[in-house]
Amino acid sequence: MAETTAVKTGMPAPPKKAEDEIPQLTGLIPKPKIVRGTAAHYKAYVAKPEIQEKLDFPGSLVDNWEEAAVRRLGELLEKYKSLQVYLDICVRCGSCTDKCHYFIGTKDPKNMPVARQDLLRKVYRKYFTLEGKVLGSLVGAIGFDLELLAEWYSYFHQCSQCRRCSLYCPYGIDTAEISMAAREIMDSIGMGQKYTNEIIGKVHEIGNNLGLNPKALANSLENVEEEIEEDTGAPVKLPLDVEDADILLVTPSADFFALPHVESLIGYAKVFHQAGVNWTLSSTASEAGNFGMFIGSYDQMKKVALRVRQAILELRPKRLVVGECGHAWRIAYSFWNTLIGPFDMLDPKYPRPQHICEFTLDLINRGALELDKSANDEFVVTFHDSCNVARASRMGDRPGGQFDIPREVIKAVVNRYVDMEEDAIKERTFCCGGGGGLLTDELLDLRIKGAYPKVQALRNIMDTHEVNFMALICAICKAQFTKVLPKFNIPMTVAGGVHQLVGRAVVLGAKE
Amino acid sequence: MSGLTLFYTAFTYIAIAIFLYGFLTRIWKYATTPSPLKIPLTPAPVQPAGAVYRIIQEVGFFKSLFYSNRIIWLAGYLFHLALAIVLIKHARFFFASTPVAFHWITTFEIWIGFIMLLPLLLLFLLRLVIDRTYYISIMMDYLILVLLMGIAVTGILTKYFVRTDIVSVKQFVMGLVQVRPEALPADPIFIIHFTLVMLLLIYFPFSKLMHAGGIFFSPTRNQVDDPRELRHETAWAAKG
Repeated sequence: MAETTAVKTGMPAPPKKAEDEIPQLTGLIPKPKIVRGTAAHYKAYVAKPEIQEKLDFPGSLVDNWEEAAVRRLGELLEKYKSLQVYLDICVRCGSCTDKCHYFIGTKDPKNMPVARQDLLRKVYRKYFTLEGKVLGSLVGAIGFDLELLAEWYSYFHQCSQCRRCSLYCPYGIDTAEISMAAREIMDSIGMGQKYTNEIIGKVHEIGNNLGLNPKALANSLENVEEEIEEDTGAPVKLPLDVEDADILLVTPSADFFALPHVESLIGYAKVFHQAGVNWTLSSTASEAGNFGMFIGSYDQMKKVALRVRQAILELRPKRLVVGECGHAWRIAYSFWNTLIGPFDMLDPKYPRPQHICEFTLDLINRGALELDKSANDEFVVTFHDSCNVARASRMGDRPGGQFDIPREVIKAVVNRYVDMEEDAIKERTFCCGGGGGLLTDELLDLRIKGAYPKVQALRNIMDTHEVNFMALICAICKAQFTKVLPKFNIPMTVAGGVHQLVGRAVVLGAKE
Repeated sequence: MSGLTLFYTAFTYIAIAIFLYGFLTRIWKYATTPSPLKIPLTPAPVQPAGAVYRIIQEVGFFKSLFYSNRIIWLAGYLFHLALAIVLIKHARFFFASTPVAFHWITTFEIWIGFIMLLPLLLLFLLRLVIDRTYYISIMMDYLILVLLMGIAVTGILTKYFVRTDIVSVKQFVMGLVQVRPEALPADPIFIIHFTLVMLLLIYFPFSKLMHAGGIFFSPTRNQVDDPRELRHETAWAAKG
């Protein structure tokens, strides 16, 4: 945003600060010495009143905001066991301090998970604990003032809710739960974030994050059909709003025209075509993403998810399949049954919902797809475990299926596959740096810092094993990496979808 | 009966009452606050027994900490292990004759006190030396370590260097247990040791020391990964 504004007005872009320099790729993911305040200037844009009011949040900071914020915190403490327990039991052992990608990238101590949590804990102690009321600053209890609120706004929008800190915490304290609560409190007093809240408003109004209306969506799908037919000669269809189909596919709206996302959409379509299943997309549920989670709002998350239930009831599909998207899969896998279930109307023989990778691997294992691995021979492939898939969901029947199933799909369609270093994959994976509602232009410098640990791991495997393709299963990861990889002198084409590879390998017409 | 005995008898009962009431009300709060959504940190067990095993690994071995930071794990684990053994050793003050089940504990001599003390010292130093933990530490983090070190040091002293009369301590404690107040042993080291323990009990439920009970209620660790198979509902969320 800042860049384009500067171009439009003819004004020179503001000079880069020293702390905004691109981190050097040295071969190792470091444990940096802290440097205070290096990330204090990263501020997501605050939502304007018209954006806030669409979501029934106050338009701007309310007069009695301190009182209102404390009241909201009190309500959340009654509603969420996670928040109540986690605010109480952190012992500040330091285990999490070197685990956050934003800390590793920025070196700012307030990006250490425990320090980020303590921004909220200061207020909790002051207003909700006896020790805070009696002992005050001795136990880190601080009254809520504008200075602290500014820190909340800055640093709770420097958390991508990726849960890596929770993995390493002896009590499993999850900073995602804390930052969701902080954002919910800030929304309730009129300090919402523009990017996230604007998108949620768009979903309510138009039906998806990108604001693609049903007509534009239909056009877009037709274009993709033409493109596939030009490339392959096969009449692969991308049906929209077909009733009584076998499968309803709900996928992130970026898949409909963003690059490289659309390549995965083509992959799904070829898989469905070749399997001979009757499938459909929905113009009502044209978005798998659900930014309600990022702002911690149960109500917004439910409202967005209900569009999927509505589409199921209208179109009466037998099965529900979800496309490549990390946070969307967390919500679909972990929350949909609670939010919009039960799914009694869907066929109980299949998981409800099912991930596209589960679906494709099942076909591969049953020999239902003719695949030509050599179509991907130009690639040496590695796989990035998206944080929300890795640490907040599952695929298949067994724990860890979310790691094995996408890898098995990839290995079935490429000849050369290699994993990145252990500390950067599977449950220990680093976030791409753009999750949790931070995928916005004004935070680009922060996103580059956040991507740094994962990019370092990628660079290492590129150097040692000539990897030239990092397969992804998340719309945010795809958008983030295509944007930030060039900053590290890595071509954006290294980032692509798992089903982009699948699509290239599917031999159309082979098993009609 | 001396005024000091009377004071300490009342002080002990009050401290224990505060600890029990505070601890149990906190636990009750953790147990009754709802979890509207399933948030286990995955890969997570898909059966309840697996979730129990996961918690046992965390409580019994500090598994996550082990994979995160070996020095903090070593210091923390040794301290907690020694603390547990020392607590069991103290059981002999509560029984007229030590039950056979506790005899093995006499294997642990005075050195167990040092195994409790040294990790505390290490944890204190780590807070000061590592820039990241120095940044996050607040005054109370140091004070709690000092309090625990004070308990360990005075405990070691009563046992070894300025030996306290065990018989009179036992009489005092048995008197408290049976609500027949006995004379407080006139031993300054013992009185300091006892006072610090009572202060710890009083502060416990209001502090981060509640990690001792809270860990069992951590949703990321105790939940079963089965949201597709079982619909998870809570009262307030179902209404909304």
